[in-house]
Amino acid sequence: MAPHDIRRPFKRAAISDQQKRRELSLLRQAQNRRDAQQQARCLASSILSLQSAAPESQPEQSDIELETVPEAEQESEAFSKDLDVRQASKLRGPEVRKWFARQLMLPEWMIDVPDRLAQDWYVFARPAGKRCFVVSSNGTTVSRQRNGSILHHFPSALPAGAKIRDGSGSAQSYCILDCIFHELDQTYYVIDMVCWNGYSLYDCTAEFRFYWLNSKLEESGACNAPSHYHKFRFSAVPVYNCDQSGLHAAYTGVVPYAKDGLLFYNKHALYQTGNTPLALVWKDENCSQYVIDTDGKGEIPSQQQVVLELQDDRKLVTSDDPPVLFGCLDGDIIEKSGLHTGNLLRFAIGDGGLSFVDGKLEKADLIYLGKSNRARAFADSYSKVLFQFMVRHSPLKIDDLLASINSANDQEKTPSDIEMVG
Amino acid sequence: MEVTQVLFNAQSIDGTVRKNAEESLKQFQEQNLPGFLLSLSGELANEEKPIETRKLAGLILKNALDAKEQHRKFELVQRWLSLDATAKSQIKACLLQTLSSPVSDARSTASQVIAKVAGIELPHKQWPELIGSLLSNVHQLPAQAKQATLETLGYLCEEVSPDVIDQDQVNKILTAVVQGMSSSEGNTDVRLAATRALYNALGFAQANFSNDMERDYIMRVVCEATLCPEVRIRQAAFECLVSISSTYYEKLAPYIQDIFNITAKAVREDEEPVALQAIEFWSSICDEEIDILEEYGGDFTGDSDIPCFYFIKQALPALVPMLLETLLKQEEDQDQDEGAWNIAMAGGTCLGLVARTVGDDIVPLVVPFIEENISKPDWRQREAATYAFGSILEGPSPEKLIPLVNVALTFMLSALTKDPNSHVKDTTAWTLGRIFEFLHGSVVDSPIISQANCQQIITVLLQSMKDTPNVAEKACGALYFLAQGYEEMGPSSPLTPFFQEIVQSLLTVTHREDAGESRLRTAAYETLNEVVRCSTDETAPLVLQLVPVIMMELHNTLEGQKLSSDEREKQSELQGLLCGCLQVIIQKLGASEPTKYVFMQYADQIMGLFLRVFACRSATVHEEAMLAIGALAYATGADFAKYMPEFYRYLEMGLQNFEEYQVCAVTVGVVGDISRALEEKIVPYCDGIMTQLLKNLSSNQLHRSVKPPIFSCFGDIALAVGEYFEKYLMWAMSALQSAAELSTHIAGDDELVEYTNSLRNGILEAYSGIFQGFKNSPKTQLLIPYAPHILQFLDGIYMEKDMDDVVMKTAIGVLGDLADTLGSHAGSMIQQSVSSKDFLNECLSSEDLMIKESAEWAKLAISRAISV
Repeated sequence: MAPHDIRRPFKRAAISDQQKRRELSLLRQAQNRRDAQQQARCLASSILSLQSAAPESQPEQSDIELETVPEAEQESEAFSKDLDVRQASKLRGPEVRKWFARQLMLPEWMIDVPDRLAQDWYVFARPAGKRCFVVSSNGTTVSRQRNGSILHHFPSALPAGAKIRDGSGSAQSYCILDCIFHELDQTYYVIDMVCWNGYSLYDCTAEFRFYWLNSKLEESGACNAPSHYHKFRFSAVPVYNCDQSGLHAAYTGVVPYAKDGLLFYNKHALYQTGNTPLALVWKDENCSQYVIDTDGKGEIPSQQQVVLELQDDRKLVTSDDPPVLFGCLDGDIIEKSGLHTGNLLRFAIGDGGLSFVDGKLEKADLIYLGKSNRARAFADSYSKVLFQFMVRHSPLKIDDLLASINSANDQEKTPSDIEMVG
Repeated sequence: MEVTQVLFNAQSIDGTVRKNAEESLKQFQEQNLPGFLLSLSGELANEEKPIETRKLAGLILKNALDAKEQHRKFELVQRWLSLDATAKSQIKACLLQTLSSPVSDARSTASQVIAKVAGIELPHKQWPELIGSLLSNVHQLPAQAKQATLETLGYLCEEVSPDVIDQDQVNKILTAVVQGMSSSEGNTDVRLAATRALYNALGFAQANFSNDMERDYIMRVVCEATLCPEVRIRQAAFECLVSISSTYYEKLAPYIQDIFNITAKAVREDEEPVALQAIEFWSSICDEEIDILEEYGGDFTGDSDIPCFYFIKQALPALVPMLLETLLKQEEDQDQDEGAWNIAMAGGTCLGLVARTVGDDIVPLVVPFIEENISKPDWRQREAATYAFGSILEGPSPEKLIPLVNVALTFMLSALTKDPNSHVKDTTAWTLGRIFEFLHGSVVDSPIISQANCQQIITVLLQSMKDTPNVAEKACGALYFLAQGYEEMGPSSPLTPFFQEIVQSLLTVTHREDAGESRLRTAAYETLNEVVRCSTDETAPLVLQLVPVIMMELHNTLEGQKLSSDEREKQSELQGLLCGCLQVIIQKLGASEPTKYVFMQYADQIMGLFLRVFACRSATVHEEAMLAIGALAYATGADFAKYMPEFYRYLEMGLQNFEEYQVCAVTVGVVGDISRALEEKIVPYCDGIMTQLLKNLSSNQLHRSVKPPIFSCFGDIALAVGEYFEKYLMWAMSALQSAAELSTHIAGDDELVEYTNSLRNGILEAYSGIFQGFKNSPKTQLLIPYAPHILQFLDGIYMEKDMDDVVMKTAIGVLGDLADTLGSHAGSMIQQSVSSKDFLNECLSSEDLMIKESAEWAKLAISRAISV
């Protein structure tokens, strides 16, 4: 029984740097694991919200009742979309990025004027800039562009957006904002609010979301000038009821940003990911520099160009869901250019243009140009192609919109249910 | 078989003879184990045999009963228990007989073997007569047998746990031991053996320490023994006091004044080994009070099991001067000697603990000592004053310390460059490091470092990095904490203007000829790591420039050919430092998109280097390289797939490394990183990985701390590969299920509770990953049969009411995942489960936002599941 050693560490730090590295690794791994699980659950949440989407559904249930069935009716038609989402949820790697890009609600282009514009819709001037998802969590803020790539990684005054030891405990919360980053004044213009301080607004109507956005954003200090812990300023945009004066204000009103068209949001629509007819974009030369699509060099091509996705059976389709068929590609071209299913291809619309039967596209005169830019995540949507086509031939004018509001005032139309089919 | 000759030969200088002898011993053991053990015990007991063979016989016997590795130990125990009873009782008789041998080595060997046998048999209620017969020895036999018997009782108490021996026998053992150590015992060897035996027996004395009379008696005898003329007995007696201070802290109040007098005398007058134990007594009391006060956590509800008696606070006016005196007893060159431990070091360490225990109160007691000695011509006084200052920097409040530091800083900076004595400089650099560690950074309201003195501090520290290795190492340490204090200071760091110069100086240090001394090179790389970790966007381009530099260094370590084992060890150590540095850089640059993008140009080359580092060793993998690869996989994402064909075998090797379980644990973590990076591209490697992980789980050789991360890793893999996990589902679920059953009920100490919670967390993370991975696949129904058990597991841990917040968050998440994936199948099961609803409601109203968030998710998923 030898004497017992009582040596203690002398002039030494209590923890070795190697141990610190191990612990930091474990911390990072735990964080990544949480992220991965969170991502899996988020995919789930969006499936759920899709399935249960009904305009009247309550945004928040006060408490759960395990014995009772909270939602009585279940529309089987509502599942028409979940095939797509189910496939998406299985995607991995870059595919996930692509899918995440679809988490944004993407407005369709306005190719005809919706009914009840004045009663059911909001309008606001879209800031020119990069559309992105801004997510604040765990003391940092990340903005992701439509193609899924990261735009900025920065501290912000959004809840959980910066590492500040203020003891508020909000570091574990998170926010998701739908924004447009306006280069010129380096400001994130918030056009929609998806999650705020851990509370999901997916299932809330636009009316509620916009109300929440206006009250919460200001409160958080995110609209303040940039500082160490708040790298970019956030700002809400003025939203109007889409009546005569509202539409006029959005169209001609002075805003601190360059306008890029007008956005129309249906007041009763929930935040729905992907293309939706319940949010619409409309442009003309007065309120946008970018009415007609430009090519890679920034010039307006003589012929309208479209990007379509090549499918298994040589079919060329839009990014809509379900996709709209625009034609078939020659087997020759596929072989010669080494094209695969899923490739995004660029076409010009020839002199034959687009022809319609009963409002449906029947034929498109497509001229193959080549593969699209690699940064593209999606094919064009049907409404975009059509809007661009109309702009070149018979554009929908602001007067048409105003006229539609006026005529609606005259004859009250029968209200129709909003169907959430996306 | 003539065992004596063989045992002789087994100790021969001639390698061939030795080898043959070992071989025949092995054969004997394999062919006839009882015979083998019996002849060994016979050899040990035989007074006519030479001492060398008797000792070796005893040693082999001991090794046949116990081993370090848990699994081997278990085998040996089983083997002994199944041995023929007659043989065993003959062996035991030989052993007991040896205790009265005139040869002391034989007695001592027999004591240890007896304790080993007792360690196996007593828990199985075998050898009930052992303690009785030992105790009867104590009262009857000559001194040498008495000494051996007391020694045996000591070893026995070390081997078996207190619950195995009933109180009646404990009482008898303690009586014998304490009588043996009392001053009435005339034989010094007996008294020493008894004192050392008491040290081991203290753990058995719970009941006796609760009895005032018995406790008084034990304490009196121990205190008397600290005054014994024999130094070894005094030392052993102080060891007992140290042990009592932690085991019976709450019983010490009546004795503390006497103990203070005894220890103070020993510290001032006794020989060093005794004085060191006397100081240790007070350090140990500090440990206890720091723990108790931490547990109070500021709110004095009085609920704490053990109250704080504030012994240190009460002893403070006498204790502090005593400790300050010790500081002046430094040894020359103690700073160069890694193994040094002397009274000045022990006293200084204790002073630091006292400061942590009492906080502000220590400051006025130490400041006069500092002021008096800091400028004296004798280096011992200057060093002691500096050390005293450094010691009290942790504990007292910043408000109390900052005025002192503001005065002292300039003095310290000047001493670090100008003091003629290396000890003083060493301690000064260490003290600066402590200043930066505890009083600099965003936690402190009034910064001690301004723009004005920042430049000077850095200049002095970089200058000191050229001093002798021990001083340079402390200067690196100070720089480490200086950088750490600027972490999270926003986009602009005051270190930015000096970044290049700091990095350059640190790299220069790593190339010093003498960087191997005083762990200087290690300190320089660790500081470089911290400087990188705490750097800001402004200096990202400079961090990027560091990548090829460190890569080149790593490349250079791979050039050496035919290294000696010593050189190989040095090479491996250097590679560890460089891989660690790259890991930190990868993590830093990988955290933001623009820098990651630029960094990625090096990814192929870096991976190539890591693979070559692995190739330097044949049987094991390099832990640091593995950690760095985890970081690289995370930064690289799916592209990491291209490295897998070459990397895979090292991954497997890491998973198989049971010996160095840290390496195994790190590799398991890297499998998680790779799963998330590769997602379904990991499928080709899954068979191998899953097989190995399942093997690891079923092994009793693997350190238990690796098992929870293995379960989490199942979740990572399942989430990555989705329904492909079907192949492993049955095996994984059965491993999870049996672990889950084990982890529902906890009974044990805090450490076990903590382990059980980490095990639960691992299991739950696995379930989450599997459910989410299978979601939306056509194979979700495969999971249905497992659902009842999982719900039962959740019920179980909810009912136990002892889960921590992490487990709670993961558990409620699993409930949501189960509902989400199984949908309507889960609905009725959840409604029927005992506690799901209560559990969910409890989580929904939790203060913890993470729990709340998971609960909100679970609520949503469940409401869907039961509505369909």
